[in-house]
Amino acid sequence: MKTTGSGNRLAVLVPYRPAPARMPVRIGPLSAAILCFCAVMAASTAWAEAGPTMLSPLQIIVKWSPLLLRGFVFNIAISLLAMLLGTVAGLGLGLALLSESRLLAAVSWLVTQFFRNAPWLVLLFFVMFLVPFQVTLFKTTIPLPDWIKATVGFALPVMANVAEVVRGAVRSIPATQWEAAESLSFTRRQTMWLIMLPQCIKRMLPPWMNIYALVAMSTVLASIVGVSEMLTLTAQVHAAEGGRPELFAPLYGFALLCFFLYCYPINLWTARLERRFRVR
Amino acid sequence: MRRRQKVFGALEVLKGISLSVRKGEVICIIGPSGSGKSTLIRCINALQPISSGSIQIEGIEVSDPRLDKLALRRKVGMVFQQYNLFPHKTALQNVMMAPIHVLGQKRPEVEARARALLAKVRLAGKEDTYPGELSGGQQQRVAIARSLAMRPDIMLFDEVTAALDPETVKEVLVTIRELAEDGMTCLLVTHEMNFAREVADHVYFTDRGVIVEHGPPETLFTAATDERTQRFLSQVL
Repeated sequence: MKTTGSGNRLAVLVPYRPAPARMPVRIGPLSAAILCFCAVMAASTAWAEAGPTMLSPLQIIVKWSPLLLRGFVFNIAISLLAMLLGTVAGLGLGLALLSESRLLAAVSWLVTQFFRNAPWLVLLFFVMFLVPFQVTLFKTTIPLPDWIKATVGFALPVMANVAEVVRGAVRSIPATQWEAAESLSFTRRQTMWLIMLPQCIKRMLPPWMNIYALVAMSTVLASIVGVSEMLTLTAQVHAAEGGRPELFAPLYGFALLCFFLYCYPINLWTARLERRFRVR
Repeated sequence: MRRRQKVFGALEVLKGISLSVRKGEVICIIGPSGSGKSTLIRCINALQPISSGSIQIEGIEVSDPRLDKLALRRKVGMVFQQYNLFPHKTALQNVMMAPIHVLGQKRPEVEARARALLAKVRLAGKEDTYPGELSGGQQQRVAIARSLAMRPDIMLFDEVTAALDPETVKEVLVTIRELAEDGMTCLLVTHEMNFAREVADHVYFTDRGVIVEHGPPETLFTAATDERTQRFLSQVL
């Protein structure tokens, strides 16, 4: 099987491996939150004196925050579900990549490369417009709302990236482990599930979490196809408040802050896990 | 009883090798690096394919394209130079895994046997230790116990002391000697000449893929006839 060259990869799809040693400044999650909050506040204070009748941007954010946060929770739900689907499918695809059957390995290699090197938004569009809004199975009509389709759309690139992570991790286990298992009469499948994958979990966890952080941030793409997640709601709130240009920065800043507060700790934790596993 | 015969195990590395081992015999294979000793031993349990010739183990033909590798490997245990224990499992779990998952034996029975085997290789008390916390010699003895747990008829040892610290070599050799004394059929590739001389029933000297000379240890070590054997022995003894 061909090994994947790094030349044809889109940098953004390659699991991001932070190199902690090269990070000059480390911002703690708390101070980062304070920073962002200050940015939003700074934008707001300018308008606090605007006029007595108009609500300040901060008041508007507070007023709409239950709705916006509900949207954010929806983003998280989509990302978690996409990650779950993508991980299960990616594990299968990754095992197929490692298959002894040349045909299966070749086909799964093609599938992996295709979904790894496709823009997420294009994949999302494809799923949105190719999958019907409902399917009928055994006389039961199952509706497929947009957000389900979007979740599937995100799960596809996750699948391909997880497959690469699985393949890389299993390949990184010394061949002598296979020999030892072989000499003890383990079948290939037993070797994979009892000996290889358990050893791989540690190695797979950091890149897997990186993929998750990318998915969480990408869920806002669903706003383009009309899923009422946070970004869609933010635009609607902006319109409802008369589309005042001075509200643009605070409202979208609030969305940025929410995502930052969610993803930054994940990345911090990932970096920490990487450091811990490297020592052993 | 003729147990095993290998005729013309011809790889790039091995060119025409013939040897047979009887039940309960201890065979040592010695020779310079790159002479095909490890290849020979790896061919026996089909870790490496042979391009021509035949290897028979109790009626199983190893060169048969339809060879049931799993059946073969249940008869033939193997211990490696680098131990190759499963690092995510404790010593006891390493020993128990194959009998439970491969042979489908019951856990309590396997556990009792595994504990007995670990005691036999003098590792009682280390059952719940992970390989990373054991010394090389201890790991190698766990590997021997792991292989024995499958109740093989033949044990293959591929330079099992080559990666060990000098002070732990002895504990592993003691274990192998006890095994040989119990009547286990053993094939060893080794650099430990004194050990070979002591435990082997028959010693084979290989060089550049062929068996140069073989015979009982006393004869081979004291009265080698081939010039290559003499030169090798004069270098290592």
